[in-house]
Amino acid sequence: MHLSTDEIILWQHGFFKLNLTIVTTWGLMLLLAVGAKLVTRNLTHEVQTTRWQSLLEVIVITIRKQIEEVGLRQPEKYLGFIGTLFLFIAIANIFTIFPGYEPPTGSLSTTTALALLVFVAVPFYAIRERGLRGYLKTFAEPTLVMLPFNVISELSHTLALAVRLFGNMMSGSMILAILLIVTPFIFPMVMSLLGLLTGMVQAYIFSVLATVFIAAAAGTSETPIDDKP
Amino acid sequence: MLIDWFTVIAQAVNFLILVWLLKRFLYQPILKAVDAREKRIAAELASAAEKEADAIREQEAFARKNAEFDRQRKTLLEQAKAEAAAEHHRLTEEARMDVAALRERQYSMLHGEFQNLRTEVSRRTMNEVFAIARQTLGDLADDTLQARMVDVFMRRLHELGASEKQTLSASLQASPDPVLVRSAFELPQAQREQVEAAIRATFGAGASTRFEVESGLISGIELLMQGHKIAWSLDSYLAEMEQGLNALLKTQQPAQKGTEQK
Repeated sequence: MHLSTDEIILWQHGFFKLNLTIVTTWGLMLLLAVGAKLVTRNLTHEVQTTRWQSLLEVIVITIRKQIEEVGLRQPEKYLGFIGTLFLFIAIANIFTIFPGYEPPTGSLSTTTALALLVFVAVPFYAIRERGLRGYLKTFAEPTLVMLPFNVISELSHTLALAVRLFGNMMSGSMILAILLIVTPFIFPMVMSLLGLLTGMVQAYIFSVLATVFIAAAAGTSETPIDDKP
Repeated sequence: MLIDWFTVIAQAVNFLILVWLLKRFLYQPILKAVDAREKRIAAELASAAEKEADAIREQEAFARKNAEFDRQRKTLLEQAKAEAAAEHHRLTEEARMDVAALRERQYSMLHGEFQNLRTEVSRRTMNEVFAIARQTLGDLADDTLQARMVDVFMRRLHELGASEKQTLSASLQASPDPVLVRSAFELPQAQREQVEAAIRATFGAGASTRFEVESGLISGIELLMQGHKIAWSLDSYLAEMEQGLNALLKTQQPAQKGTEQK
């Protein structure tokens, strides 16, 4: 049994390799991009819209609203990054209902990549909002003594995000695999349903935490940072 | 090792590409469509609000016109009522005057009928008196009433004044016409002769006499010559009686008018 889809290597040439994680991610990317293109190519401005357009509008507007509720005043700026985080993780986890599918989010490499992107995105958006000097000043707040703690806090955020997503995804998949061996019938199906739920919850929590970190750094939020699992 | 750094880099790149793809094919078109729809709905709402404002303005204008119309109608109604009252008063007065004129005319007609009735009563009374007198005279004497009348008539001729006799004689002689004696009945020959003798004795020997019967005299005899007339009949008595009766009626009429007016 594989602990991670990274270990299933399909092609390798030196440092470059093509493992199942990357291939599955490409598949999901293709699915999302093509699906979005198919639906949005015939968008209508009328009050009466198609079902798919209504569905996508609901999703996009809900994400935007969530970002706004966290405290970012111009949610359109962050919609691309945070929305994609949510959609990618959610879709990757939902597809676990298909037998034989291994979610790329179950790979610590993927979750690390996403966590690193959040880690980069936080100062990126903060500098864009406050300027470089304004962002750096936040590390010395409330006093200069807090500087190392603030740096550690910033790094731990990223690590926590990565490990949280990986742990949940990997554990879900592993429990399911183990249960399939032990009790191959009804019980794994229930666990699969639970896995769907936890997958969606993880997507939501990961996105919201990323938003909270960005909002805290960008300084447009009064919301206190709550480091939940 | 759980973390494969090539995969980490590849996944980060993949994710950034996915961000770009979704921005291009999902978020921007969807947000544009939503914004366009929101703008359109906002425009429609603004248009609806404008129409509502227009409708409210029109409603207010209509209410004002309605109030003005009600006021005018009230004024016209009051005017019509006043005119109707004036017309009612005028027609009532006219009707009252018509009634008064009608009553006056009816009173005149009644008065005329009363006069006719009174004349009729007089005439019948005279006839009755004549009949009673004749019957009475017939019962009381052997002679006829006519003979008594002729006697009275002749006595009247004798009793004429000298100046009257002279005037009548002069006119009789100036005219060739005979003296006309009219009586209500045919005089017997003896009485005719008595009358002729009396005339000749009164007016002279040359006077000729002609006799006629005139039923309108009722009961009497009269002498006509050259516009002069000597007569005796019950009419004279009856005329006196009529005058007395008229006097009595005149005294009663004012009293009757007084009670009618009340």
